[in-house]
Amino acid sequence: MLAVRVMPCLLMSHGALVKTVQFRKPTYVGDPVNAVRIFNQKEVDELILIDIAATSDGSGIDFETLEKVVGECFMPICYGGGVRSVDEMRRLYALGIEKISLSSAAIENPSLVTAAAAEFGNQAVVVTLDVKKNFLGRYTVRTHQGKMDTKRSPIELAREIEAAGAGEILLYSIDRDGTWSGFDLKLLQAVSSTVGIPVIACGGAGSLQDLRAAVKGGGASAVAIGSMAVFQGKDLGVLIKFPSRKEQESLFK
Amino acid sequence: MKEMIHVVDYGAGNIGSVLNMIKRVGGTACASGSADELARASRLLLPGVGSFDNAVQKLERLGLIDVLREQAHAGTPLLGICLGMQLLSEGSEEGSLPGLGLVPGRVRRFAFGLADAALKIPHMGWNQVRVRKTHPLVSGLGEDARFYFVHSYHYQCADETDILLETTYGYPFPSGIQRGNVMGVQFHPEKSHRYGMQLIKNFVEM
Repeated sequence: MLAVRVMPCLLMSHGALVKTVQFRKPTYVGDPVNAVRIFNQKEVDELILIDIAATSDGSGIDFETLEKVVGECFMPICYGGGVRSVDEMRRLYALGIEKISLSSAAIENPSLVTAAAAEFGNQAVVVTLDVKKNFLGRYTVRTHQGKMDTKRSPIELAREIEAAGAGEILLYSIDRDGTWSGFDLKLLQAVSSTVGIPVIACGGAGSLQDLRAAVKGGGASAVAIGSMAVFQGKDLGVLIKFPSRKEQESLFK
Repeated sequence: MKEMIHVVDYGAGNIGSVLNMIKRVGGTACASGSADELARASRLLLPGVGSFDNAVQKLERLGLIDVLREQAHAGTPLLGICLGMQLLSEGSEEGSLPGLGLVPGRVRRFAFGLADAALKIPHMGWNQVRVRKTHPLVSGLGEDARFYFVHSYHYQCADETDILLETTYGYPFPSGIQRGNVMGVQFHPEKSHRYGMQLIKNFVEM
């Protein structure tokens, strides 16, 4: 039986591992290569690594760190952050990255998704949608670490990028990010019911029950955890941790 | 017996992770796209990512189709991974070019009936394998053995006795095959932690 994927979503900024709350106030968590080494030891099924400064601060793709990260891993890695061209993607896949996540580049130009999917396969191309409620209470997709508002609906964009050839959507709730308050199930359900490709829930996981709810109540195909993977608990210190295989299996029976 | 493993480098996918894993389990490996070098290898690993015809063309261009067939007939242990396993077939529904034809059978796309219509293609993620026959390549793989899969096409063996491992995704399909010295696995051992390491270690020590 295919297992429900549970994976750590790690955030990198200028070479350091950080954690944000609602996409703001990045706190230093540690060294990304070291953290990945620990998750590899814990045998996580898959790992997502997003460089949150690559686009918004213009720091670009840190190929050096990524090479070290891949060298530590015997599981698939999805990398996102600052990827704008098929050439960059080719270079990343050659390093051993399994999947690449596009965000602002895909939203600005969905034909990039099509070109990438044609060359590398749909399943290797993920698109991340960072979503926040605007002052009218409506969900809109943001870019540049939440600083820019595309003013477009996540449902409309999800359909567009699925049609363009994306293999998966990483749906990241900015409002829930780092809050330990649970996933935004309404947002998840709205997007997962509109597309046929897998939707990965991200932003807000605070307990094992939240992971179950994302799948059963939100229709997510996979779940990503951030704070839960790097802190002992809400408002507590750094600890790299992950639910055991048994815990994961019993959650999704 | 720890022979040097030659990983066939024909431009179809990343081989770094495979080389890494072989070294991690105590083997020695090198990558090569040279027909001369591969013709003299004592152990071969054929990786592969991408489309069938594209891979066959790349192998053809390097003169490797004949080399791989000759090596297989000479008794050299050959392990195909993912698309590399599919290349061992007579051909694939994905393309129109012939495969290496080393393990009888063809490759077809996953096709589900109404009952499994919700199953997505590709088969992507971690799934379990059942060992169908005893063989050094799969020794030590327990009941909980699981591997990372990502594929839209799967093997259909003409000879059931060639099935080494079986996995269910909608229906059972061969996730591992073996015929004499030629072996193949559909999953990515280099992305499957301890289970992948066990398998690669077995190949190293065969």
